[in-house]
This record gives sequence, C-alpha cells and structure tokens, in this order.
Amino acid sequence: MRAYFVKRVLQGVVAIVGALLIVFVAQRLSGDPVALMLPMDAGEAEFAAMREALGLDKPLPAQFGIFMVNAVQGDFGDSYQWQAPAMTLLLERLPATLELALAGLVFALLLAVPLGVVSSVHRGGLVDRAAKVFAMLGQAVPGFWIGLLLILFVAVELQWLPAFGRGGLSNLVLPAIALGWYPVAAMTRTLRSSMLDILDSDYVRMERAIGLPERWIVWRYALRNAMVPLVTMIGVYFANMLGGAFVIEVVFAWPGIGRAVVDAVFARDFPVVQAGVVLAALVFVAVNLIVDLSYGLIDPRIRHAKA
Amino acid sequence: MLRVQDLKTHLFLKRGVLKAVDGVSFELAAGKTLGLIGESGSGKTMTGLSLLGLPPKPAGRIVGGTVSLDGRELIGLDEKTLADEVRGRQIAMISQDPMTSLNPVFTVGAQVAAPIRAHGLGGDSRRDAAHLAVEELQHVRVPAARQRARDYPHQFSGGMRQRVVAAMAIACRPRLLIADEPTSALDVTIQVQLMDLIERIQAETDAGLLFITHDLGIAARVCHRIAVMYAGRIVEAATAEQLYAEPRHPYTQGLLASVPRLGRRDKRLISIPGNPPDPLALPSGCAFHPRCPHATERCRVEAPPTVMAGDDQVACWLHA
Ligand SMILES: Nc1ncnc2c1ncn2[C@@H]1O[C@H](COP(=O)(O)OP(=O)(O)O)[C@@H](O)[C@H]1O
Ligand code: SF4
Ligand SMILES: [Mg+2]
Repeated sequence: MRAYFVKRVLQGVVAIVGALLIVFVAQRLSGDPVALMLPMDAGEAEFAAMREALGLDKPLPAQFGIFMVNAVQGDFGDSYQWQAPAMTLLLERLPATLELALAGLVFALLLAVPLGVVSSVHRGGLVDRAAKVFAMLGQAVPGFWIGLLLILFVAVELQWLPAFGRGGLSNLVLPAIALGWYPVAAMTRTLRSSMLDILDSDYVRMERAIGLPERWIVWRYALRNAMVPLVTMIGVYFANMLGGAFVIEVVFAWPGIGRAVVDAVFARDFPVVQAGVVLAALVFVAVNLIVDLSYGLIDPRIRHAKA
Repeated sequence: MLRVQDLKTHLFLKRGVLKAVDGVSFELAAGKTLGLIGESGSGKTMTGLSLLGLPPKPAGRIVGGTVSLDGRELIGLDEKTLADEVRGRQIAMISQDPMTSLNPVFTVGAQVAAPIRAHGLGGDSRRDAAHLAVEELQHVRVPAARQRARDYPHQFSGGMRQRVVAAMAIACRPRLLIADEPTSALDVTIQVQLMDLIERIQAETDAGLLFITHDLGIAARVCHRIAVMYAGRIVEAATAEQLYAEPRHPYTQGLLASVPRLGRRDKRLISIPGNPPDPLALPSGCAFHPRCPHATERCRVEAPPTVMAGDDQVACWLHA
C-alpha cells in the first residue's frame, strides 16, 4: 500500500509538471503579453524595459527555468485586472468552490445511494423503473438548465431560497442541486449493478443462511462492498465538479474559482488563467490520491496488497 | 428430528422449468449423519438450500412438500420468521466454496459475531458478541484466535477459511447442520482435518448432519445412511453398509463401480457410460434409462415408484 501510494504521488507530480509545461508553452504561443500590459501608445523603449523586467529577453530554456522556480512558489505573476498575485486571488476563492462541489456531491449521494440500493433490492419494482426514467431525464437535461429552472421557480416564483451569491446554507441549496444533478444517474446505475452482483454472491448467500436480518445484509454489509466501485466514480465526478463548476458558478453568481477564471479568460488576464489551470491540475491529483487512500479504508485486500 | 416429504423446488427459467428437486423424501435423527450423494447437477445443493428456505432468487421456488424440524413445519414460514428463528439458529449450512463464502471487507471476528448478535445470544453488547466469536474460532481450532479475529478473510488459507465458515454456522448451535461439499476445494490432508472437526462438532452438539458430497469414499467414512440423488430425485437410500455391500439401484451400482479403490492393482476408473441428462429436458419414464444397462420398454415410458424396504428406499422397476 505504501509503495503504491508513493508511486501514485510521483505520478501526480508528473501530471502537474505536465500541466505547467503546457501552460508555459501556451503562454509563449499566445502572443506578446507585453502588448496587453502596456498602454496602446507605449514606445519601443518601454516595451524593451518591460520585456527585460519580465525576463522575456532571455533564451527559452532560461525562461522556462524562471517560470518553474516561480511556479513552484505559486507565483504566476500579478493579475492584470486586479494588480494582485494571481494564485492568491484564486486561493481566496478556493473555499467557495470546494464548498459548492462538496454540497453537490452530498446532494448526488443523498439521492443516488438510496435509489441505487432500493432499485437493486426491488429489481423491476416501482422505484427501479422510476429511477430509470429519472436517470434518462437527468442525463438529457444539462445542469445549468436545471439551475435556471430552479432560479425561476424556487427562487423567483416561490421565493423560497435566494437565487444568487454565497452566504448561508440557503444560498447553497440551489447551486448544489444544479451541480450534483448530472452524476446522480450514473452513480445510481453503478451502485445498482454492483449491488445486484453482490446480493447474488456466495457470501451474501452465507449471510442469509445464518439468518442475518435482510436489513443488515443490504445496508450494513452489501452496501459497504458496493462502495468500492462507487468511490472511483465519486472521485471522478468530484474532480469534474471542481473543474466544471464554472457554468453553475456563473449562473448562480457564485464567487468561486471557476467564475474567476471565466472572467479572466474574457479579460485576457493570463496569469489568472494559468494559475487556474495549474490549480485545477493540483486539485485533480489531490482528489485522486484521496480516492486511492479510501479504497484501502473500504477494502482491506487493497490495503494489504503488495504494490 | 428432521422429516422431509416430497420436497419439490423448481427453477422457473426463461428456457423452461428446471425441476432441480422433484419429490425428495428423507428423515434424519439427532446426532446422525445422512449422506446426500450424486453427480454434479443432481440437485444436492438445491435440496440443502430448500431446507433453509433459500432457493436461488428470482427463479427458484419451493413448489411442494413438507419439511418438519422437531415437529415444526418450515415450508410456508415467512421470510422474517425464517431469518429470525430458523436460519443459523436451527439449521445452518457450511457452503461449498470457502474462498467466496466470506465477505472480503469485514474481519472474520465480525463475521462470526454476526449470527450471535442477530439471534440475540451475545448478551447486550457488541463486545460480548466479539468475545463469543473468539471462543467460536477457538472451538474450530483456528490458531491464535484472539489475534486472528481481527484479520480479514484474504489473510487466511482455504482450510482456515472453511473453519471460519464452520464457526459461523455452529455459532448458535443449530439442530441441523448441512455441509455442502465442505472439503471439495481443499487439499487431502486439510480435508481429513476438516472432516474430523465437523464430526467432533456434531458429536458435541448432537446435531443432525446432512452431508452433501460426490466423494463416495468420504461418505462411506462419515455417514450412517446414504441417499443417492439423480436428476432431482432420491433413487436409493439405505444404511451405508447396505448401500456399499448391496447397491440396489443400477445408478448406485454404476457409481460404486467407478470409485477407484486404493491398493487395487486395477485403478482404471469404470465410469457410468453416457452423460448426466439435460435438466431442462429430462428423459421420459425413469430419468436414468438412457444410461441404464437394465432398461426395459417400461422404464422408457413410466417412472418407477419409490418402494420402501424397511427403512431403505429405492426407485427402480427392478425392485418394484
Ligand atoms: N441459480 C441457478 N439458476 C439456474 N439453474 C441453477 C441455479 N442453481 C442451480 N441450478 C441448476 O439446478 C440443478 C441442480 O443444481 P445443484 O443443486 O447445484 O446440483 P448439485 O449441488 O447436486 O451439483 C442443476 O441443473 C443446476 O444447473
Ligand atoms: S427403472 Fe429401469 S431404467 Fe431406471 S434404473 Fe431401474 S432398470 Fe434402469
Ligand atoms: Mg452442489
């Protein structure tokens, strides 16, 4: 397990270095940043001075070296818009994005776990069939559309919950539903099919043969077995929610990273965009490491496996 | 103690109705061992599962017969009563494959404690049940039981896992123990140890033992009586001595002829010609007739009745 974990950490480092390289190359390909930073009527001398200040007059390998040294320290330069370090700007918004993604995940699980379990136990029953229809609808309707509908009905029409911004729990509900909407269908189906396999297994037959209550067998035992494949999905979708929350963040005016990066793209605020890309890679790697660790918690065979 | 009459368990499959158990009757007294033998697919496991009220879902259904244990009729009891009062409590089963019969993500201690807690025998606390579980593991001679209770199934060998399964089965001292080919997945030396263990447990608890096997050698060693199954029916049942000395049914005769005798110079396996029948399209009349050297026209048309000779039973026109 430990060797395996070290290997996964190293893989994560490689992935992040890859992201940095892409950011660096993209930056050099996207034209002269100095032109954006200086006023339209700036003279040749001012350009040269700026280039020198930014280190752009040095050969490419040296530039990459400087870029890497800065990047490791989290320094991607100052935002053109806000005149503050880009990474700091984003890190300030990280809690908002994490909060939203976690809430989305909780919403998805609150729906998917009971639906998946009940559909597998009463296969072909009412819940199973309803969940299938629901899943089809869910996959067909994008999250931002659900978000807009929620704003329209729940916030504007019924005025039950606020439509915009971040604050208390009431602000969190609607964007969490919009964000957590999409993975519900896939999670339900995954859980249902692994539960079906498990409920048909020899060890569940044994658990029945010694007279354990069906309630224990399903909710205490089989569900834990079924969590192993589900955790993979949770990791993937959580990472996607973190990275893909920007649409929902824009719709709900949520002050998260996604919205900041979208704003930065429109403003051609490259340092913020770059910091955003690298931060996304970091988060992705971190989520995957947590997923790897939690396998071991759920399944002792993985914990004890020699890498 | 146990009385099974005309038990029928059918599987309703897409391709048709599979009569896995089709009119099985036998009796078993406390402390005695009944062997259930027959080729793979003859319905032995399904018979055992039916006693527990656990035919495979969703296809399997017990469609007829009675099972009475200590005077109580079990067929027709609802699921909750079966789980609370019968399974694990009065009847328990040691299953065929120790490698897949334990839940991989729980410690063996927790798994042995589960039936104790479910049947309310562990006192009030989780700790008492865990303590009893360790005792049960010691009972089945798992070395260093206290430490090993905290280990997971994958950390045990096949033989040790089967002991854990046995501990789960006997934890609540059932009246009837069903052992479904408990040794078929194990090495010979481990087989002998496990058989000794099962016999010892049976002697201690005075339980009836239904011993399912296709190994005639082991059956001869441990069983008082033996019932031979073919295509979902018992074709012959007799005391072990009677059955080995004077098999009445042509199928039993064929089986015995195919047992390799240790120490004999001629070790060639004389097996019964032909293949086991397609369970979805059983031959007419006596299901054994396509493979039977004594088959007559009548055997092809009409199924033989089960005839009692004292306590013994046989279903063959030669003995009708
Ligand atoms: N879950 C199942 N679904 C369909 N057929 C089954 C199932 N389990 C057993 N069978 C069939 O029922 C018959 C009896 O099986 P079984 O009782 O397991 O035989 P044995 O234990 O004597 O080898 C076989 O023909 C087998 O193929
Ligand atoms: S009834 Fe006929 S076919 Fe069947 S075993 Fe007896 S002799 Fe053979
Ligand atoms: Mg079997």
